[in-house]
Parts: sequence; structure tokens; C-alpha cells
Amino acid sequence: MSNDRPGKVRMMQGNQACAEGAIAAGCRFFAGYPITPSSEIAENLSVMLPRLGGKFIQMEDEMAAMGAIIGAALTGQKSLTATSGPGFSLKQETKGYASMAEVPCVIVNVMRGGPSTGMPTLPAQMDVQQARWGAHGDRGVIALTAKSAQETYEQTIRAFNLAERYMTPVILLIDEITGHTTEKVIIPDASDIEIVHRKKPDKDPENYLPYRFTDDCIPTLAPFGTGYRYNVTGLCHNETGFPTNDSNEIQCLIERLTRKIEIYEDDIIRNNELMLEDAEIGVFAYGSVARTAQAAVRICREEGIKAGLLEPTVLWPFPTKAVLAMAQKVRAIVVPELNLGQMAREVSLASQCSVPVHKLGRVDGSPIPPQQLVEKIREVV
Amino acid sequence: MFDYLQYVRQENFPHIWCAGCGDGIVLKALIRTMDKLGLSQDETVMVSGIGCSSRTPGYVDINTLHTTHGRAIAFATGVKIANPDLNVIVVTGDGDATAIGGNHFIHAARRNIDLTVLLYNNYIYGMTGGQCSPTTPRGANASTAQHGNLEPAFNISGLAIAAGASFVARGDAYHVKKLETLIGKALQKKGFSLVEVVSPCPTAFGRRNKMASPVKMMEQLRDTVVSVEKWEKMTGEERKGRFRTGILRDIEKPEFTAEYAKLIEKMRPEE
Ligand code: SF4
Repeated sequence: MSNDRPGKVRMMQGNQACAEGAIAAGCRFFAGYPITPSSEIAENLSVMLPRLGGKFIQMEDEMAAMGAIIGAALTGQKSLTATSGPGFSLKQETKGYASMAEVPCVIVNVMRGGPSTGMPTLPAQMDVQQARWGAHGDRGVIALTAKSAQETYEQTIRAFNLAERYMTPVILLIDEITGHTTEKVIIPDASDIEIVHRKKPDKDPENYLPYRFTDDCIPTLAPFGTGYRYNVTGLCHNETGFPTNDSNEIQCLIERLTRKIEIYEDDIIRNNELMLEDAEIGVFAYGSVARTAQAAVRICREEGIKAGLLEPTVLWPFPTKAVLAMAQKVRAIVVPELNLGQMAREVSLASQCSVPVHKLGRVDGSPIPPQQLVEKIREVV
Repeated sequence: MFDYLQYVRQENFPHIWCAGCGDGIVLKALIRTMDKLGLSQDETVMVSGIGCSSRTPGYVDINTLHTTHGRAIAFATGVKIANPDLNVIVVTGDGDATAIGGNHFIHAARRNIDLTVLLYNNYIYGMTGGQCSPTTPRGANASTAQHGNLEPAFNISGLAIAAGASFVARGDAYHVKKLETLIGKALQKKGFSLVEVVSPCPTAFGRRNKMASPVKMMEQLRDTVVSVEKWEKMTGEERKGRFRTGILRDIEKPEFTAEYAKLIEKMRPEE
């Protein structure tokens, strides 16, 4: 977050920054259901969208909202829904449908404490594994995160770009702290924002196959109503979009759903680092906890402890290479997170047990203060 | 003879429905009605959920969206709001629309959004093997009600009327000409319109309820259906064991996407 970037400076909540980012990305359809702590996203968009000729609808439940954004996306719109833990759980089946039918859309989850109704107004990061594995069936998943209002703005735009590029639902996981903290956001000039649009068919309707196997693994779904009449289904389908029982076709489809994210991992994954080059203790932190970690790393350095931070901005696909590289340099890794080790587990896997991975999990609804992390690092040293 | 080929996806035939199933009859009635109204195949979207009836879109050469169980109306709502110029038809069943998808059904009716819902009511879950649905008559047999169904049934058309639909009609798979008229009126209505089509399922419902023969199920439809006009003149005693078909509601009220268009117009910054 540099202060010298060009743009208009505004003060806003993370949730509002999300709404602003969606509009900047070209989102013109939102469907949602009220849920704390995400409702401000819906409220803001209910004001903004009609002014731009866009559509806002409050649906009757979370599943309906997820279904509606898929329907809208199939007409060519960039569409968004926002929710929190319980709603995210309810959306899983339909989210899986979007993965299977390869419909681009964005789902924001402003995470609160669980399980169940949990802590509606308090932050947590307990949905990070659900984002990956929540829906049944194998498929690749993209999930981003953000630690500030500024990043929420930017990551919302990126979520739309990735959804459109890879024809897949993209999840943005922020937490209650980020969603509700009002802070400075620099809104760049529209011309400085990179916007991606999904592929358009390069064949006439006669020769068009929506799910054609191509080298890039990405299907081309023409918007409904443009003369390309095809079928979309959540059943295993072949290149035509119609259901199939052919074992070859099924194998190809399901492998491709994972592969199409895997082969682009290097383009999708982005990490921030802080004093990692010479670090002896690596910290892996994401979302609002990354801010704690930044502070903690600096305090450690002042105390002479060589700590460094690896901060993923993309949680899925998991930044395996970066974690392994860190593991090969440091003596130990500390993973502070607002759950009981959901990502620490991935870090252990990625580091191939080459260094000890220490969890610091906090699940009482409070953020982790820098001092708590510093103490943990001291302990590890 | 009417030429169906323009409207069907021949490559997907033979269809999956059982011999004697009503679903194919409804499909043909729909196609003939689409043709009569000159509905553009490019500008018509058919959305379905899960179940035997929900396989209909696979056979029709338009934009088709086969969704998850119960959610067809939710997906269709997104399609329609995002692009109100499209004709959006939902094909669903009694289980799909009034059990797992009941919430979407009543809220789309309340919202009065311009969808045409064709709901095939066959009193049973056919595709999953004959389990009880919300419209299985009390006392009837189902694979999950082998001692007889204890629950009362939904009146689907009544539910749609109570929820606020602007057009509600009931037809059946025996009186096909009448069904076509009702589907035509529903397609032309600007607002949430429901056509409940009572349709025989000899395989999953009939076999368990002494009507294994499709002919017998058809005869039963022939003998128990009464027009709304005639129904009015019947006594309670005469109505027993029968049901009425025809237009049950047809009113004018604000339609959601039209209201939304007005909102956008109002919000437009002045030149
Ligand atoms: S199970 Fe019943 S509803 Fe399904 S195709 Fe067979 S007859 Fe038709």
C-alpha cells in the first residue's frame, strides 16, 4: 500500500471497497442474502448498481443468490454474491455447479467465527479449507484474500479477472476485521485498471462447441441470447455440453477441471514478502493476520531475531513453491491464523516436513495482537 | 403434419422417459405452442432443475440450462433480470419446485417476475424411484410410504395464487389442445405464470397405485378432469375425486423486471 500511487483517495470500509472494486471490474449484477458481517457489500451495491444500469436483487436465500448469479453470468454479465460462513456453507452445492459448468462469477466471504452460527460479528479465518473442499467433487479452485480495504478493492477486481480468464467461480475471503475497518483506499483511474473479459466464440453457431477441448483447457461460453444455442448442465458432459456416460469423456472433463487451474498456477499465485531473504524464522500469514505478522516481524528484527514474512494473496491454488523455498531457508515456520491450523496443515505439506511448522491458532473472536505472535516466535527461537 | 425437427435436438433422441410417461406429451405441446407464438429459438432460454421433467431442455434446440435440484427458478431469475429481453421458461416437477425448491417457487411468484413455469405434477419422485413427493395424495403408496402416505398433499396452483402469481393455470397430459392454449397464455403473460400440468408417471406412481398401465392412467385423467367452468356448477359431492383444469388466475400487477427498468430510468443522471 504505497501512498504515491496515482488515484483518488477515499475513506471506506473493506466491504464498501469490495463493492467499489466490483463496479470497477465491470460487475453489473449482484444477488445476495443478508448476513453479518457482509451485508454492507449488498447495501452499497443496491445503491450503486441501478445508477449504472446494473441489477441488484436480494434473493430469498443463499442458494437462490448463488443460482441467480450463475444465471446472470450465462447472459454475459459479470456477477457477484457476498456472504459469510453459514451462507457460504449453504452456497457450496451451487458453487460446485459453477465449477462444473465453468461459469465465471465471484463469491465474497467475509469470514466470521464458526462452526454453525458461531460468532456473527467477530472475525475468523475458519472457512479457508471450506473454500477449497466445501463443494463435493474434484475440481480446481481459486480463492484470494486481502488484508486491508485497499487490497479488498484490488483483489475484488482481480477475482473478476481470474473468473473471466479461467471460466470458473472465484472466491474472495476476507474477514470481519477487514470488512468492517474503515481506512484509506486509493481508487485508481479507470484507465489504469486491467480488466479481463471472457473469451468470445471464434466460430459460427454451426461449428461451435461450448466445452471444446482446447490446449488452454478453457471453454468458450457464448452469452445466452446471442445465437449460440447450447446446453449447460451440472451432470458430467462432453464437448457439446450434453450429459455423457462415456468413461473417456468423463475422465477428460474431471481432469480438466483441476488441470485448468493447475497449469496456470504461476500466473494466479501472488505472494508478498517481508524481510524473508535472510530470515531464520519464517512466518506464513494471510488476510488481516498478515498485518499482525508485518508488525511482529519488525518487532522481532528490532530484538535481533531474524524473522521474515511470506504472505500469500492467493490461498488456492496453494503457494506450494514459495512455501517450500521458504522452508529450505529457515529453521522453523510459524503460522498464525484465526482457526486451529487449517493453513498450517498446508504449510507442513508444502514444506515436505523439512522444518518444524508451529501453529498459532486463535479462535475466540479476537484478532491476534503482534505481541502474541512475537512471543510465539521467541518461543520457537 | 407439424414438423418438430426445427425445434428438437435430434442427436439426443431417443429420450430417457419411460413408455407411457406424460413428459413427452407436454414437450410436444410446448413446442407446438412456441411455434404458434413464433418464439425465437435464439432468444428463448429453458431452465430446469432435477428430475424426469427437468430433462426436457436437453431435447429442445434453444438456450438450455439444466441446474441443481430445486434451484431452476433461482437460476432463471438471474437470467431474466440480467437480460429481460429473453423469454425464460422453467421446466420443473412437483418435488423439484415445491419440496427442495419451494422457497424459490413462492418468492418468484411473490416478486411477479416474468417467468413461465411449466410444472409437471406426477405426484411422485420418478427419477429417484418413486418416493413420496409433496403432492402424493394421502393414502397413496410410494417407495417411502409403503404403508400409505400419511401426509396431506400440496395444491400447487393454490400455492402459486396465494404467493402472488399473476397467471396460474392447470392442465393435463390427456387434454392436450387445452394444455397448448394454457401454455400459450402463460408464455404471453408479462409476469410470473404457472402452468401446472398433471402428468402420468406409470412407472413410479402408477405401478404402486393400481395403475400400472399407461392407458389406465390416461383414462383416469380423462374421467377425473373437469373444466373450471363446469367445476363452478358442481356440488361438493360431485367434485370428490376430481380436479379442475383451466385458468385459475389471470390478473394484472407490476412485473419485477419492468419495475426495475423504471428504477434505472429514474436513476439515470440528467443530461
Ligand atoms: S419414472 Fe415416471 S416421470 Fe419418470 S420418465 Fe418414467 S414415467 Fe416418466
